[in-house]
Amino acid sequence: MGSIKISNLHKVYNESKVPVKAVNGIDLEIKQGEFTAIVGPSGSGKTTLLNMVGGLDSPTMGDIEIDNVHIGSLNSKELITYRLNNIGFVFQSYNLIPVLTALENVAFIMELQGIPKDERNKTAKELLEKVGIADKINDRPGELSGGQQQRVAVARALASKPKFILADEPTANLDSKSTSDLLDLMQQMNDEYDTTFIFSTHDQRVMEKARRIITIDDGLVSSDILKN
Amino acid sequence: MKSLIKIAWRSLWRNKRRTLITSASVFLAVFLALFMRSMQIGSYEMMTDMAVREAGHLQIHKNGYWEKKSINYFMDYSNEIKREVESNPNISIAIPRMDNFALASYGDLTKGVAIQGIIPDMTDDRINLSKRIVKGRYLKENDTGVVLAEGLANYLKIDVNDTLVLLGQGYQGISAAAIYPVVGIVKFPIPKLNNLMMYMHLDQAQETFAPYNPDLISALVIELKDVDDLSEEANILNERIGFNYEVLSWEQMLQEVVQQIESDNAGGIVMLGILYLIVAFGIFSTVLMMTVERRREFAIMVAVGLNRSKLAIITLFETILIAIIGVIAGVIFSVPVLQYFHHNPIPLTGDLADMMLEFNYEPIMPFSLESFIFVSQGLTVLLIAMGIAIYPMIYAYWFKLLKAMRK
Repeated sequence: MGSIKISNLHKVYNESKVPVKAVNGIDLEIKQGEFTAIVGPSGSGKTTLLNMVGGLDSPTMGDIEIDNVHIGSLNSKELITYRLNNIGFVFQSYNLIPVLTALENVAFIMELQGIPKDERNKTAKELLEKVGIADKINDRPGELSGGQQQRVAVARALASKPKFILADEPTANLDSKSTSDLLDLMQQMNDEYDTTFIFSTHDQRVMEKARRIITIDDGLVSSDILKN
Repeated sequence: MKSLIKIAWRSLWRNKRRTLITSASVFLAVFLALFMRSMQIGSYEMMTDMAVREAGHLQIHKNGYWEKKSINYFMDYSNEIKREVESNPNISIAIPRMDNFALASYGDLTKGVAIQGIIPDMTDDRINLSKRIVKGRYLKENDTGVVLAEGLANYLKIDVNDTLVLLGQGYQGISAAAIYPVVGIVKFPIPKLNNLMMYMHLDQAQETFAPYNPDLISALVIELKDVDDLSEEANILNERIGFNYEVLSWEQMLQEVVQQIESDNAGGIVMLGILYLIVAFGIFSTVLMMTVERRREFAIMVAVGLNRSKLAIITLFETILIAIIGVIAGVIFSVPVLQYFHHNPIPLTGDLADMMLEFNYEPIMPFSLESFIFVSQGLTVLLIAMGIAIYPMIYAYWFKLLKAMRK
């Protein structure tokens, strides 16, 4: 379980004025445990595709099926619950809640899932230890470096035990050392939890680590390479 | 819920200066509102208290007396009425009284006077007449003398131990004439009373004005224990004693006082409205900024799984917390200030004092400490805050996720 099937997916912006086809008929299948990079030039449709898979945007046409659930059939409230329980997000700008500490940021997602306080604090601490910032758990995002914030973001994404983690340009704001550390970390998490990671990226270092590289051009899959 | 409050509270302090300025404006508004209302309500309490002391909560008269104010509408203080009054558990005191007018004369001088035939002890308990005595003494039980107001005594050039001649009309057209020794002179701050009033024992008044009807009184003044609904209490009492009598509340008898309070109160509420409108705009501008500058943050929270209703609750808490900080500070600061002025009312001087005296009020600015003033002002600010919170709450429910994420 944990596979994504994307069929004939289209997304057109500004339909009534000058239509822009961001995604133009993508068919894809991503299986559980994959460590996949979606690459392509700016404006090729990577982020739009990721947003639709994450239920943040709705397709103009086509279908996204995740574990037999058709994303398009969910209303906005169901989508929020679906995202909470199935999808973890890692954003380019980290996007942690600035008024919460690292520990609280990670635990907050579990609180939304209704996990008891002791259990969520224990899990959050474990995750923060795993991502290597056990000594920063009481720091707020403003007190952490970019790399540290992105580690917290990864821990937060993992906290809900999601089937997928969607990472939109996760290394774009990081230096090489932080990028390398973060990729190692995500790969480790991928191995350990069998969580599916899908990145949209321009970053060559991410592409090198990825086990599958899907290239998108003008809203279409132009190549799909599975590494051995 | 705890973490929603935590997020709301910490979000407020991300921009300490802005939150403090907004809360300070709420504080100032609450303080000014409390000061203003305490002063107004204090004045109304003084007016009401004076009205009740003078007229009682209720008065029983013979039907038509209040309209005609004629001695021919005096009533018998019968045993039936006494029994009815004594058996009513809500009546704390019932004082028979005779109000009448007559000519008072001393030497070559004559003046119309308002006579009140009273039971000295009972009346003194309510209006503290004995404390206003400036010369001589107050009336005693079975006293045959009279107490004059100072202005009246000065006009007649009469002093204690002099003898006053009284001439007037008695019950059913008889002539009423008598002479009385002046036993005391009383001073009122209110010129109208000071130039007009004369007090004598009820028995003496009855003997002078109704020698053949010894139980005659003009009014039975009643004070109640529970004054929640005066008109209902009046109706119940009227039904029990019969409709040959009228039972009127002080509000019916002294309508000009009620109207004065109502019109002043309406003006005060308009002023409060303007004050709160200004504060509401202050809070709203802060809330608007807090919402607009965090659109992306809101979007991220919803994206990672926070329900929009919970986000709306966070914004509601934020707005209410700003108001609560201001309200609590305003109340804490106001209480000692108002307490001081409650015990030390501001004395009025000059034209304002003269005006108060003309209206029969003491020239002071009293302050009230009634809890409802604090509760109502606090609740008003909270309601305003809740009204303002509608904006961020609506935003939380309806903002477009992707658009906000791109901000």
